Amino acid sequence: MKSKDPAVNRLIDVALDRGVETVWDRLAAQQPQCGFGELGVCCRNCAQGPCRISPFGDGPQRGVCGADAHTIVARNLVRAIAAGCAAHSGHAKHLAHALHKGLDGKAAAYGVKDETKLRALAARLGLDTEKTTADLTRKLLDTALAQFAEGEEPMAWATAVMTEGRVRKLAELGVLPTGIENTVADMMHRTHLGVDADPVNLLLGGIACSVADMAGSHMATDLADIMFGTPAPVFSEANLGVMKENMVNIALHGHNPVVSDVLVQVARDMEDQAREIGAQGINLLGVCCTGNEVLMRHGIPSITHSISQEMPLLTGALDAMVVDYQCVYPSLAGVAQCSGTPLITTMDMAKIPGATHVGVREEEAREKAREIVTMALEAYQRRLGRPVNIPRHKSKVVAGFSVEAVVRALAAVDAEDPLKPLIDNIISGNIQGVVLMAGCNNAKVPQDQNFLTIARELAARDVLLLATGCGAGAYARHGMLTPEAVGEFAGPGLKAVLTAVGEAAGLGGPLPLILHLGSCVDNSRAVDLAVAVANRLGVDVDKLPVAASAPEFKTEKAVAIGTYAMALGMPVHLGVVPPVLGSAQVTSLLTAGVKDLLGGYFIVETDPVESARLIFEALQERRQGLELPTRAW
Amino acid sequence: MKNEILIRYQRCLGCRSCELACAAAHSKAGSITGAVLAGEKPAHRIFVTQSGDRKVPLNCRHCEDAPCIDACITGAMHREQSGAVANEGGPGRCTGCWMCVMVCPYGVIRSDLIQRRAVKCDRACLDESGTPACVRSCPTGALVFAPVEEISDDRRKEFLIASID
Repeated sequence: MKSKDPAVNRLIDVALDRGVETVWDRLAAQQPQCGFGELGVCCRNCAQGPCRISPFGDGPQRGVCGADAHTIVARNLVRAIAAGCAAHSGHAKHLAHALHKGLDGKAAAYGVKDETKLRALAARLGLDTEKTTADLTRKLLDTALAQFAEGEEPMAWATAVMTEGRVRKLAELGVLPTGIENTVADMMHRTHLGVDADPVNLLLGGIACSVADMAGSHMATDLADIMFGTPAPVFSEANLGVMKENMVNIALHGHNPVVSDVLVQVARDMEDQAREIGAQGINLLGVCCTGNEVLMRHGIPSITHSISQEMPLLTGALDAMVVDYQCVYPSLAGVAQCSGTPLITTMDMAKIPGATHVGVREEEAREKAREIVTMALEAYQRRLGRPVNIPRHKSKVVAGFSVEAVVRALAAVDAEDPLKPLIDNIISGNIQGVVLMAGCNNAKVPQDQNFLTIARELAARDVLLLATGCGAGAYARHGMLTPEAVGEFAGPGLKAVLTAVGEAAGLGGPLPLILHLGSCVDNSRAVDLAVAVANRLGVDVDKLPVAASAPEFKTEKAVAIGTYAMALGMPVHLGVVPPVLGSAQVTSLLTAGVKDLLGGYFIVETDPVESARLIFEALQERRQGLELPTRAW
Repeated sequence: MKNEILIRYQRCLGCRSCELACAAAHSKAGSITGAVLAGEKPAHRIFVTQSGDRKVPLNCRHCEDAPCIDACITGAMHREQSGAVANEGGPGRCTGCWMCVMVCPYGVIRSDLIQRRAVKCDRACLDESGTPACVRSCPTGALVFAPVEEISDDRRKEFLIASID
């Protein structure tokens, strides 16, 4: 089985019929994949290599330079964290530059939309908020851009969002980063031939880099909220059935709302032009985290996620796929060619051979967005009369749970102390703990299978679930971001809490079974929630019955996120084995040793039911530590 | 033929170094980089295949009673003096009828559709020490060039040690 999503499976059959290659074909063609790479013991960092360490006693045990398996595995892992950090932080910096140009009057598409968030964030960062909006924004942007350079002190965007205890602990270990880009550069330096060979020291460097990643991700969330609005609960739909044959279907794919949010605004103004050519209007659709960004803020339906990103093109009804960056498969160009759909790249640093490039500079974002919509209108006219194959499957979705929205909902129960209802229910055991389901799909796992199984097992045992990124996408496509799913899957305690809060907040029923916090940079929202609860209880996050799971992860960004969740003190489950098993020392540090240092640690388990059990046990261990009532699996 | 290419499949990590080395040894240039630079597309004659959790390299077993030789109507498929079964340098010329491909129980004869000829392991890749390219390239010792008796001796000893413990 390739996917648990029936709409995806239907289009896989279409691909097969038409001889279109998909991600699953390419995975099959890659079999067997190299075991050295799987174990993390291949080093390509110098021209004396590539070197491989034999996992068996009688092969080479050291690379040409003398690096052993532990050094090589650790170096490869921290390089992945550095890449993830560079990606999330690059996304944040892009937003900062766009807002900067907006303030300077050079980019009309960008400005401050949510002043409340601006002021709250400025206060949190310790800035003087007695300023005009423009001045305060400028001050905030100076602070934001300063985070990228090497500072004198640990970076404010990291320390301001953690518990004080965690700041002290990370400082003691020497892993509080002083800036984002110097930390990434430091990892590249340390993993160069003949620099850092100590696996423990390398991992500590990786942890510092992951903290920089958390700060960068947080900044990306913060700036997007300020520029485009902080999400509030929104009703929409998800899965391929959201395409409409008689509308101009435009998919927005990638990660950064910097282009997609402008496209949403511009497309609204161009509805008439769509009707003039005989279409019933413009139907915007989200893919991956760009999809999450526009779902959270504008209720744009999500069409599909991650490994199934080629599928919308196979319907024959897509009129443009507009991409920014990250997780955008180059294979889209080939599929787009088969379907005659324009694949439009928008970032000058992320082009794809075979795609049409419309570089969207911030200064002319609206003009370029109009140009892109016009290309889609032309494609619509070309496809008229051709058969389309749109699966019927779609699910209702309730999304938009920023921390602000969650606190607002909780405040409807207790306006004085909004976190109290949540904490009281965790203490009583109505909620056994809180688990963040995050990360990607991975073609090695039947799509969504681990997400669905783990959520069902945990929800039935009264665990409150949060979701981000393509994990949230999986739940959206399978109808699990709905109040209806509460009746179907939630245990009695969880059901009572979700119903009480939902009704108090005026939703006329329970909150959805799983709260959609947003894109993968929005894992920062989960950090904020955990830190708020920890601060309210006067403990650190490593004492709370909370955990994170990336049951189908694939990207370097996910490695960085998992590491910062661990660094903050969370048990982090991985449902795909990361390439570290070639070093028993690194493996044991990540799954056990680090627990004594940071409280967080990794749980690696590929079976989804067993994964759920291990996550549940981790929550129970924390409950026991807080002397709260515990439950058996 | 004293030595055989034997497989200790538990050790195979699926890196496909043997496939690359085999193809390079059968290229005109004789090396991976030489073949790549010359734009050659040599075919490998050993196949690393995923089977459940296992990764297994498999090539011609050079059968004593070789069905491919029996099935060959042109006389291209023949046994060399060394005992190796080869499809080139024999009494006839391969016409690409694929009879050998069809009768090979291991599926280790491949078809070169452009030159229309069957391609298989021919041991035309031995170095000065008489070791095949695939065995030389294997970084984990999953491929061994040794007398069969040596493998069965080792296997017996492993079994007995494990049973007695």
